[in-house]
Amino acid sequence: MTNTLHRYGKAPDFSDDYVVFAMPSKGNNDEGSLEKLKTFLTICARHNPSNMGASGQSSYRPSRSLNPGVHWSRDLSPDFKTVIDGVKKTGTAGAVFNSKEKAVACLQEVVDQDLGLSVNISTSVEGAKEAGEACGIHRHSVEYSLGFSDPHDRLPRGQLLELATMCGHGMVAFSFAQKMVDMVREGRRTPEQAVATLSRFCPCGVYNPSRAMRLIEAARTHQ
Amino acid sequence: MQIDPKKCVACSNCVPVCPMGAIYVDPAFNRATINYDECVECGTCFRGMSQEHLNPTLVRAVRGVAKLFRFRFDPEPDVCPTGAFVMEDLEWPRIARRVFSDPLVEHESTGITGRGTEEVKTNDVAQRVSVGAVGYVIAFGRPGTGVRFHQIQTMTMALAECGVMFEPKNPISHLMLDTRTGALKEDLLNEKILSAIVEIKTTTAEVERVLSTVMEVSGKIDTVVAVGVSTRCDENGEDDLLAPLLSELGYSFERAKTNMGLGRITNVQKEGQGDQHLASVR
Repeated sequence: MTNTLHRYGKAPDFSDDYVVFAMPSKGNNDEGSLEKLKTFLTICARHNPSNMGASGQSSYRPSRSLNPGVHWSRDLSPDFKTVIDGVKKTGTAGAVFNSKEKAVACLQEVVDQDLGLSVNISTSVEGAKEAGEACGIHRHSVEYSLGFSDPHDRLPRGQLLELATMCGHGMVAFSFAQKMVDMVREGRRTPEQAVATLSRFCPCGVYNPSRAMRLIEAARTHQ
Repeated sequence: MQIDPKKCVACSNCVPVCPMGAIYVDPAFNRATINYDECVECGTCFRGMSQEHLNPTLVRAVRGVAKLFRFRFDPEPDVCPTGAFVMEDLEWPRIARRVFSDPLVEHESTGITGRGTEEVKTNDVAQRVSVGAVGYVIAFGRPGTGVRFHQIQTMTMALAECGVMFEPKNPISHLMLDTRTGALKEDLLNEKILSAIVEIKTTTAEVERVLSTVMEVSGKIDTVVAVGVSTRCDENGEDDLLAPLLSELGYSFERAKTNMGLGRITNVQKEGQGDQHLASVR
């Protein structure tokens, strides 16, 4: 599962946020789906995604035995190969792209490969529709997000919501997003370091570092 | 979840990491401590933070010296320097917290990870929501607030009164004593989880009533509610039913999950199985 429906923002905010994911249906097309999911991820990797994940493993991930030396030289780049090699059980495999062009190019190749898995795009309503039409396919079904109902004012301001809701499972805490914003504003971390740190908390690999970078860059000069 | 006090060095890195704000440094004995009632067993602290395995005594000594001279100790913010978190074995009903909060735990009722079902993500194959039908995913507790089962029950009982059909394979439906009343198992009611999803299905004629019930109940329960509404598009990929209806009712929808219709049945079908799926449209 990836859970990307309720990312906070207006449609234009999702212009750099296209989540493309493939999923087998239990009892219908899950037999032999492991190799298909790997093929799907291999296709995604060719189109320069910002992040990807499957089987609970993201291209940005924490380490169980970190060498203290990394405090001064931590790897900030995504590791797609380990994600693809690490697909061990059937389920959702997804990648996030920072432009419609990349998402369309990826989708076109997925269409051409005819894997037989269900493929979804999570982004603005129109963005997904246009991406499909660019590949000559029509939408089958659509699930609209009606947003959050927060009558008790439990949620923070929009910028933190945008950063935190990019992990739909809620693994990125508001307080941690705020800490990363503060560290960048105080010059204690670069935006690249901050977004890599945030991305490591999303085990599905659909946290969008590109969008997070834009948000944190904006927050650096103006809270 | 527990923190081993012999290992914890009170660096406080884990404090902002907790989505529920359940971790704090207890000044009485200078160790990070978990508010056990607020912890939802999501595993973010244990799994999301990288772990070093440094000697706790050495780290405390270094931190003590730095603190004495008011030096800023500035470690990586997502690291537990001594690997102090311990994921314990849980028993019923507390184990429900982990099942609903840790995205890597698979639900027995659905056979998939996450808190919902395949929803319309595999609708091109499973035909779960047909033309003219409307699927709802009502999510509680996220982002960042959490929810207790008695709050979810307030919603499920109100929806049951509307006569809706609960998705049978959904984890919350699985915990219902009676889907006609929406009542949940009693020993669960005070357990807190990070989030849960209630899934129902109706016709388009019932959308206004169901959504107004959801919004009304949302105002009565102290958590966040997020609603997704789904339908099947026509053969041209258009939705001329649900989207106009939602707009007419005053709901805005900026984002969507869109099934591109590429799935098809590939499993070897047993005799008499799957005839209804063969009409799956590309």
